[in-house]
Amino acid sequence: MSDTATPEQTAEIDDQSKRDFLFVSTASVAAVGTALAAWPFIDQMNPAADTLALSTTEVDLEPIEEGQSITVVWRGKPVFIRHRTAKEISEASAVKSADLIDPEGDAERVQKPQWLIMVGVCTHLGCIPLGQKSGESKGDFGGWFCPCHGSHYDTSGRIRKGPAPKNLAVPEYSFLSESKVKIG
Amino acid sequence: MDTNNMHPVMKWVEHRLPVFSFLDHSLGTQYPTPKNLNYWWNFGSLAGLVLVIMIVSGIVLAMHYTAHVDYAFNSVERIMRDVNYGWLIRYIHMNGGSMFFIAVYIHMFRGLYFGSYQAPRELLWIIGVFILLAMMATAFMGYVLPWGQMSFWGATVITNLFSAIPLVGDSIVTLLWGGFSVDNPTLNRFFSLHFLLPFVIVGLVVVHIWALHVHGSNNPTGIDVKSEQDTVGFHPYFTVKDFFGMGVFMIFYMFFVFYAPNFFGEPDNYIPANPLVTPPHIVPEWYFLPYYAILRAFTGDFFVYQIVSLGGLLMDAKLAGVLAMFASILLLLFMPWLDGSKVRSCSFRPIMAMAFWIFFLDCLVLGYIGGKPAEGIYITIGQFATFYYFAHLLVIVPLVSRLERPKQLPDSINASVLKAAE
Repeated sequence: MSDTATPEQTAEIDDQSKRDFLFVSTASVAAVGTALAAWPFIDQMNPAADTLALSTTEVDLEPIEEGQSITVVWRGKPVFIRHRTAKEISEASAVKSADLIDPEGDAERVQKPQWLIMVGVCTHLGCIPLGQKSGESKGDFGGWFCPCHGSHYDTSGRIRKGPAPKNLAVPEYSFLSESKVKIG
Repeated sequence: MDTNNMHPVMKWVEHRLPVFSFLDHSLGTQYPTPKNLNYWWNFGSLAGLVLVIMIVSGIVLAMHYTAHVDYAFNSVERIMRDVNYGWLIRYIHMNGGSMFFIAVYIHMFRGLYFGSYQAPRELLWIIGVFILLAMMATAFMGYVLPWGQMSFWGATVITNLFSAIPLVGDSIVTLLWGGFSVDNPTLNRFFSLHFLLPFVIVGLVVVHIWALHVHGSNNPTGIDVKSEQDTVGFHPYFTVKDFFGMGVFMIFYMFFVFYAPNFFGEPDNYIPANPLVTPPHIVPEWYFLPYYAILRAFTGDFFVYQIVSLGGLLMDAKLAGVLAMFASILLLLFMPWLDGSKVRSCSFRPIMAMAFWIFFLDCLVLGYIGGKPAEGIYITIGQFATFYYFAHLLVIVPLVSRLERPKQLPDSINASVLKAAE
């Protein structure tokens, strides 16, 4: 009996790798399970079904005269709709892309040149630029001007001067008829 | 603790839960405290006092507040006009936020001047920075709750900071909002978190005090306690001193509550939130102004931006501004290692003391610029002050602390006290 190992020593030597495997696999299952269980608690913060359901807006363009702008609410944000004049269109399309901070041709930003439709939220930190109403500052480029940190947008809603990194966003929209547009 | 002289009831409790000896060792005669602490050491307990006042007044306000975009503004006005003493409790809570930051900022500058962050108190300091971050989150979300114009637009600007993060930025912002703009889901979660975070702060404060009690308070000389002669019991000496400080501080606090309750506020926040109209000047609360100035300093032509972004290749100015703003606070976490001096207190480091005061002034300048519109000379000053802020932490402190030869230190705290008495 003297050459027989004690039970403790046997346990340590023989099944160490089995114990390691059990330890690692148990811990992995626990970690993955915890991560999966955490997801609902994170995802609940994303927009709920009823919030998503309100995500399109239809607008009648009939009453908007040339040179006029209206602001409609879409997803809780203002959307600027401007019936542009011929002068504004030609100004916007004459700009060279080298002069732009976020190069984008005017034609890429509109479906019909006279209707400029874009989200009226400054791409810097989310303020509403001025320039929709007559008498408001339109900035150095005749478009919009954000009073918060001084970003200037042109008649195509492109950023020309100031801290904003991007042009005013163009939302997804489609013309339902000649004078009706669905945003979203 | 000598239990023999205790009242039988206290003795009974002490035997089962040693709460009396615990208190005696934490805040009592058995907690040795350097006897030379000056009045700058009052601001820790003052911050603790304000935290308690904020929690008590906040819980009461929550009994009358409605976290819904249609009712929030009016429920706050109802607190002001109809709820018994509602005006008083709200003004206590509103000004309490400012008082909390006043106490904590003084507490932090004291730590910076006297080197309280140095070994072995690094973790104590780091926990303190986390308390500041938790306070900032709490204060920001609390300011949103009345749903005035500044509430709404402050929330919009600050949540939009996260959109600067590459790739996932916009998804994070949508996640924070629970929608496509700051709206009812945002208000609801901010209320929930504004209620939760103060208790997180309490937890952090417990850990902060725990870490403090391991090595005890630093002191104006910055030298270690060497013998019993250097200390006195916390009670009664510092309990009395702290209570006296609280009395003085409460006079200051209540002056604003009763005579200038809206001094720290913005008149625009008494206009109900309107998602379609941005106020002409969006300004955060005063305690965020220095960080706001740093955020705005980063424009495309700012030379610091040009350097850190490798001429605009690495990131746009917006992301750089956001990173700089967070870095301005997170860098404080590294103070114990940025400062390489073997001497803690600036009382014995004249060059460092001068650098400290310039840094202090720089923070005030940043605060002033943060409240001004971003135009003309204000931009230039803001950019220079931002540059100096980082230069102080990353260049001046590491170099001066390693190169300056400190003055002769006193032999002990006791010796310095006796010398001062002569």
